Amino acid sequence: MSATAVAPVRLVSIGKRYSGTKALDDVSVEVAGGTVHALVGANGAGKSTLGKIVGGVIRPDDGQLFINDRPVRYASPREARIDGIATIAQELSPVPQMSVIENVFLGIEPRRSGLVQRRQMRTQYDKLIAQWGFELDGHTKVGALRTADKQKVEILRAVASEARVIVMDEPTSSLTSVEIETLHRMIRALRASGRTIVYVSHFLDEVLDLADTVTVLRSGRLVRTGPAAKETEGSLVAGMFGVAAEAEHFEKPQGSTAPVLLEVSGLSRKGVLTDISLQIRAGEIVGLAGLVGSGRSELARAIAGADPIDRGTIAVDGTARHIRSPADAMAAGIAFLPESRKDDGLFMELSIASNTTFADVRSVASRFGVLRRGLERVKTRSLLNSLSVDPPNPSMRVASLSGGNQQKVLFARWLFRNPRVLILDEPTRGVDVAARAAIHRLINDLAAEGTAVLLISSEIEEVLGLAHRVLVMRLGSITREYGADPPLEAVMEAAFGLGGSTTR
Amino acid sequence: MSATQPPDPVVPDPVGAGDRVSADTIAAPRVRRQRRIKAEHVRDYGIVVFAIALFVYFTIASSVFLTKSNLLNLVSQNATIGVAACAVTLTIIAGNFDLSLGSIFVLAEVLAAYVAVHWGVAWAFPIALLSGAAMGAINGLLVTKLRINAFLATLASALTFGGIAVGVTHGGLLITPASSAFTFIGQHSVGGVQYAVIIFAVVAIILQLVLAYTVFGRHLYGVGGNRDAARLSGIKVHRTVIITFVITGAACGLAGLIDASTTGSGSSDMSGLGGQLALLAIAGVALGGTSIFGGVGSVWRTVLGVLILGMITNGFDLLAVPDYWQDVVRGVLIIGAVAISSVVDRR
Repeated sequence: MSATAVAPVRLVSIGKRYSGTKALDDVSVEVAGGTVHALVGANGAGKSTLGKIVGGVIRPDDGQLFINDRPVRYASPREARIDGIATIAQELSPVPQMSVIENVFLGIEPRRSGLVQRRQMRTQYDKLIAQWGFELDGHTKVGALRTADKQKVEILRAVASEARVIVMDEPTSSLTSVEIETLHRMIRALRASGRTIVYVSHFLDEVLDLADTVTVLRSGRLVRTGPAAKETEGSLVAGMFGVAAEAEHFEKPQGSTAPVLLEVSGLSRKGVLTDISLQIRAGEIVGLAGLVGSGRSELARAIAGADPIDRGTIAVDGTARHIRSPADAMAAGIAFLPESRKDDGLFMELSIASNTTFADVRSVASRFGVLRRGLERVKTRSLLNSLSVDPPNPSMRVASLSGGNQQKVLFARWLFRNPRVLILDEPTRGVDVAARAAIHRLINDLAAEGTAVLLISSEIEEVLGLAHRVLVMRLGSITREYGADPPLEAVMEAAFGLGGSTTR
Repeated sequence: MSATQPPDPVVPDPVGAGDRVSADTIAAPRVRRQRRIKAEHVRDYGIVVFAIALFVYFTIASSVFLTKSNLLNLVSQNATIGVAACAVTLTIIAGNFDLSLGSIFVLAEVLAAYVAVHWGVAWAFPIALLSGAAMGAINGLLVTKLRINAFLATLASALTFGGIAVGVTHGGLLITPASSAFTFIGQHSVGGVQYAVIIFAVVAIILQLVLAYTVFGRHLYGVGGNRDAARLSGIKVHRTVIITFVITGAACGLAGLIDASTTGSGSSDMSGLGGQLALLAIAGVALGGTSIFGGVGSVWRTVLGVLILGMITNGFDLLAVPDYWQDVVRGVLIIGAVAISSVVDRR
């Protein structure tokens, strides 16, 4: 079925680092012409990064990208487009104020002496949609379209610009099952016309249904590339998560009768969270598993006062608390470690000490708000030592620490407040193995001292290794609850909602 | 797939590439210290070296430059700009912008002169400060509660304040009675040092201390550096931002009072200092090295930036260099300073 003899896309030893963390490490993949090539992996495995490198959206730090056997180094998606590579991103990019036709031909308008030939553009558009069997009014403003139709615009854009390779990054994540079927039909038609599709997804049933070849990535490394026909959902899951992932297992107390520290009941936020209720006892670690978009981070943010809620109550230590801002949650004794330490957590330009004490600077200041820097240094240093931050230098800038040490500093900020309830969203994302183990021990120790912990992680091993109870979220609700050490496959299946295939 | 690959460049510590170096020197063993001047050092301290070099150059080139009276003149001529610039540094560090400095300055000056004429000279001081603070509070509310971009909000409020000033003066000057009290801070000195210079120094020192040594100052860096993180850390972001605008407004009111006191009148004329104040002050802030994007900077840098700009005017005047060259040099200097920092940051 291959239309060309040379591989249209070849990636050799690709590496990409984000502030010291390896997003991709030595990944080599060859994409055959006229095929659908799927990239799968858990969150943070690097599949989107790899797709973006092919599409010229980001540049690799190491390795070489070959397009039609020619080494290339794209500085922008525009350069990739000139070589016939189009990217349909998770965040769709058409200009919302312009019509469908104008979007499709944006940058490639048929023109004569500098003037856009509108009539010719319309004729070409009609020809295109007839050819691909789309139903889409060319004069509608793109901003008024549904996501599925915006995607059609992007696909038309790609074929109108004669793209030979189309990179699709999680194209179905916001589509209904009917729309997914339509999209899959289009992809098959594109393949039949000799185009090559690089398909990034974490929906395994779709991948198996659609792809000719599958590349599995885990933590930025290549696991394998092979024909999709030889894979099953089970084999892909095993590849994505690693059969023998080294997450330390901790002793878990059973049947705790300690008082309930955090009680959430009937928490709802329109379109995001539906009627969430949960309890966490003192000393208990409750794990929250689920896919990205299942509402786990949103639940954490709602409890922490970061996002507003429509309904529901939050009680800490038996007292109902009216939480309308992070300051309210902090006053109630809740600490929240957000998912992205860069975007929501750290002040990169400030020192370790400033970052550590930031949520409670008053405790190292005199009555009139004058900082006692000596005291701040001493307190910070002792926390840094107990968290084994390297180097434990309070005046060093946070930006120059490794990912793992940055994460420890963020931990230090919240431990500095001695919280009663600790909400951790992806506490070990992008940290190295040693720091990860240290953070796991720390979480376990904190619980042993009586802190109630809500642990959210994309890595199921992490949840299973630490949690005394496991809750699974899907589509904004808690769908399953397990005790300590549930079987990994059961949790995975609940998270993926398997059994009902692509019903979302 | 493994045979043809080049060996993986093993980085023993993930701190490795992409990290910035300034803190590295602190952490590194003594041997590596001071090995060479790095780009970050040029960005952070280049302006100090430049200021010294400029000072030395003018000292050599002009026999008048290094005299007590000339240097005091230099500082007192830049005192109004300096006071406004030091205060707006706080607003900028907290991630905002204020283009209304000149209009607050003019309206406060006019109001001070007005109350001096109608209520008595003693009212001029509190009214200048309070009206400035009130105008700053309006800016702060527009930016936070109405979520108007600070650039546009202060551009619009500047027009409004300036318009009101013209209305109060009926388009002209408000001359105050030749009371020696009104011209006291603008025209008098103690031990040869003008009061304007003393006010500038006091404002600069207080604001520098607030920024570096108080809880409020720490919060400003946090809000400007990472607004979301600051909010998640329990900071009342809106309140913090409004306070920076109020401080800036009050400082501009004080600057207006100095100006009115120096000339002995309240002028609504925007073609003078009032029209240039915002740009000159912000130029001083940027030249000093405070990031226009917030989160980084300090008041002493702004003082340095303002004085460098003042030195160029003063020194070139002494050397009889035409005015237009001064503007060219100042413009090029600001571009150079901002470009160095942006190039270094991007690497």
